Amino acid sequence: MEKREERKHIISVLVENQPGALARIIELFSSRGYNIESLNVGHTEDPTISRLTMVAKGDEHTIEQIVKQLRRIVDVFKVRDLTDKRKLDRELLIVRLSVDTAEKKEEVKRLVEIFGAQIVDLSHDTYTVELTGDEEQVDAFLQLIKPIGIKEMARTGRVAMVRALQGDTFSDER
Amino acid sequence: MKLSGAEILLRALELEGVDTIFGYPGGAVLDIYDRLPFSPLKHYLTRHEQGAAHAADGYARASGKVGVCFATSGPGATNLVTGLATAQIDSVPVVAFTGNVPTSMIGNDAFQEVDTVGITRPITKHNFLVKDVKDLADTVKKAFHIARTGRPGVVLVDLPKDVSRELTDFFEEEYKTPVQIRSYKPVLKGHPGQIKRAAKAIASAERPVLYIGGGVVSSGASDLVVKMAEVANIPMVATLMGLTAVPGTHPFFLGMLGMHGTYAANMAVQESDLIIAVGARFDDRVTGRLSDFAPNAKVIHIDIDSAEIGKNRAVDIPIVGDAKLVMEELLPEVEKQVAKNREFYRVREKWIVKVRSWLERYPLWYEPSDRVIKPQFVIEKIWEITKGEAVITTDVGQHQMWTAQYYKFRYPRQLITSGGLGTMGFGVPAAIGAKVGRPEKVVFCISGDGSFQMNMQEIVTAVHYNIPIKVAIINNNFLGMVRQWQGIFYDRNYSQVHLDVQPDFVKLVEAMGGVGLRAEKPQEVEAVLKEAMAVEDRPVVIDFIVDREEDVFPMVPPGGALHEMLLPNYGKKKEKKAV
Ligand SMILES: Cc1ncc(C[n+]2csc(CCOP(=O)(O)OP(=O)(O)O)c2C)c(N)n1
Ligand SMILES: [Mg+2]
Repeated sequence: MEKREERKHIISVLVENQPGALARIIELFSSRGYNIESLNVGHTEDPTISRLTMVAKGDEHTIEQIVKQLRRIVDVFKVRDLTDKRKLDRELLIVRLSVDTAEKKEEVKRLVEIFGAQIVDLSHDTYTVELTGDEEQVDAFLQLIKPIGIKEMARTGRVAMVRALQGDTFSDER
Repeated sequence: MKLSGAEILLRALELEGVDTIFGYPGGAVLDIYDRLPFSPLKHYLTRHEQGAAHAADGYARASGKVGVCFATSGPGATNLVTGLATAQIDSVPVVAFTGNVPTSMIGNDAFQEVDTVGITRPITKHNFLVKDVKDLADTVKKAFHIARTGRPGVVLVDLPKDVSRELTDFFEEEYKTPVQIRSYKPVLKGHPGQIKRAAKAIASAERPVLYIGGGVVSSGASDLVVKMAEVANIPMVATLMGLTAVPGTHPFFLGMLGMHGTYAANMAVQESDLIIAVGARFDDRVTGRLSDFAPNAKVIHIDIDSAEIGKNRAVDIPIVGDAKLVMEELLPEVEKQVAKNREFYRVREKWIVKVRSWLERYPLWYEPSDRVIKPQFVIEKIWEITKGEAVITTDVGQHQMWTAQYYKFRYPRQLITSGGLGTMGFGVPAAIGAKVGRPEKVVFCISGDGSFQMNMQEIVTAVHYNIPIKVAIINNNFLGMVRQWQGIFYDRNYSQVHLDVQPDFVKLVEAMGGVGLRAEKPQEVEAVLKEAMAVEDRPVVIDFIVDREEDVFPMVPPGGALHEMLLPNYGKKKEKKAV
């Protein structure tokens, strides 16, 4: 098999909102020794159906296999590799920064403004910032604020949806 | 009318067409066993839960119906695990029911509690934990549907004790309505465009080979596949699981391929320009070194499971669908194409002549003896005495490979063997299940001295229910297959493979209430087999004392390509290496 080049893939899965379903999906990755870089689960417009968005690294062949293996799970409705699709692709970051000097406070405020982020919580020497954006924006923001001093952070992992005019949405098929 | 969970379960099983259960009781399933005597279902009490799972598996493989087994929570459930994994990897439809602690105690490390659905998730097609008796009927219905449709497999239903005790309404008419599982819609029909492309490729190939797997047997496509081979002059090779799809004596059949495949089968694949894989999955025991498997061939792959297509080998024409339904469409297309292509038809005859010449030049072979019993000779004799008509189960090891090589099968589902998992201890309980599923057939288990000891307690089950299975122990006083590997690849460093301390199998079987026989000389083999065939009311076990250090040939060494077989010495001193 060719197509050995590894890259990040973003895979979207619609699945029955059942505890066993999620376990089967995760075991599928772990049993093959693949790491899931991020995984996000939430229910869809139908509360009995969940949408899972996961990011995993692999070559085309591996990812194609994963997609097929996911499809054969009884509780899974649909699986899409969205990597090369036109899509909306967002991630939420919450990060607590130590801002013990006036310069640091200024610098954070400047970056928050540039990135369209928000300061959502503060103490006398910390700011907690919330940012929504695509993965690159979040990564870039993190890179810039890192020297200031990150005390704690949480990322949701990516959630994604194909753009309406792409015509390749899940809802078309159901 | 309100019924208890236990009553609903038993009634639902009846409605599914189940008449046979293999199982073992315990605390968590007391309520189910309490109702069992009032149900028409026939329950076979095995002597170990692993036996129950293998028996349900053997029953399903022999009859084509869904096998059913019961076990209690905790150790009952964990004892099922090997049996369920064995059935799942060979795509056998089995539904297992386990008891569990009451819902209020789940997760408490209660007495005899294990996370059964967690443990069995990787070895089942699907499993359910029923938390409310109101969901029970629907769950049973779904379980059977999932087990027998699409790529068949194992479904486990875990029933907490309170669920089997509580009462709820049960509506039979509602139960009989078709199942709806909104996320589960297996693709059965092949893509018409792909089928046309496949037919063209088949008609224009010079050296095609049909590579037949277990999916052909389980979908009932055997006749269609053989018909296609005949119509288009295509040699056939089969996997261990696919062997019974083709009559063993068919002139186009080259035998099993793979690690212990025939020279002709392996060479045909290596020289082929088109592999037509049907219901097969390019397993590593079949392909040898993958990068050199059928190096010059295009591949058509027909399989019900799209995840198998392209998994190990790149495929040129994939067709997802049920083997039988696809073959029904493909065969007429191939007939049309062949009619157009008279010229290639003649080219094809040359190919057939060539592969058949390999069969004659390098046949299966062993050195006969009138001094010691050759294991292959026992298999040939069993074939003779049973007129090639017996349902054969095997254990795992050298005897399994000799059975695959030397018993010429006549009809589908005739060989019941653990292919994917290679589970020692499978043969005896599987034979019990097979005999229950096909009572009109002689059922012969060909076992090894090591394997037999892994589930020999099930002879008692066969005695209990007067199930007249025959068991041949190919007794080489060795874990023979492991010894063979240590012999060839580890410089004869025989480590932990001697079975010198052995029970007296004849006495042992007699003590269990069966008939025990023994043959130590080639001249005794036939008589002892005849004696065994005459027993009709209980199990017979024959201890065949065979040549201890016989090896299975041909053999593709691990990591080797299919054409790099070690061959038998054909009477000469040194092993000949085929090219
Ligand atoms: C449960 C289990 N344990 C271990 C093995 C590994 N194994 C494969 S073949 C074999 C030897 C089998 O010995 P025997 O049943 O006497 O058959 P023989 O090869 O001698 O014909 C062993 C140990 C296995 N397949 N299954
Ligand atoms: Mg042995």
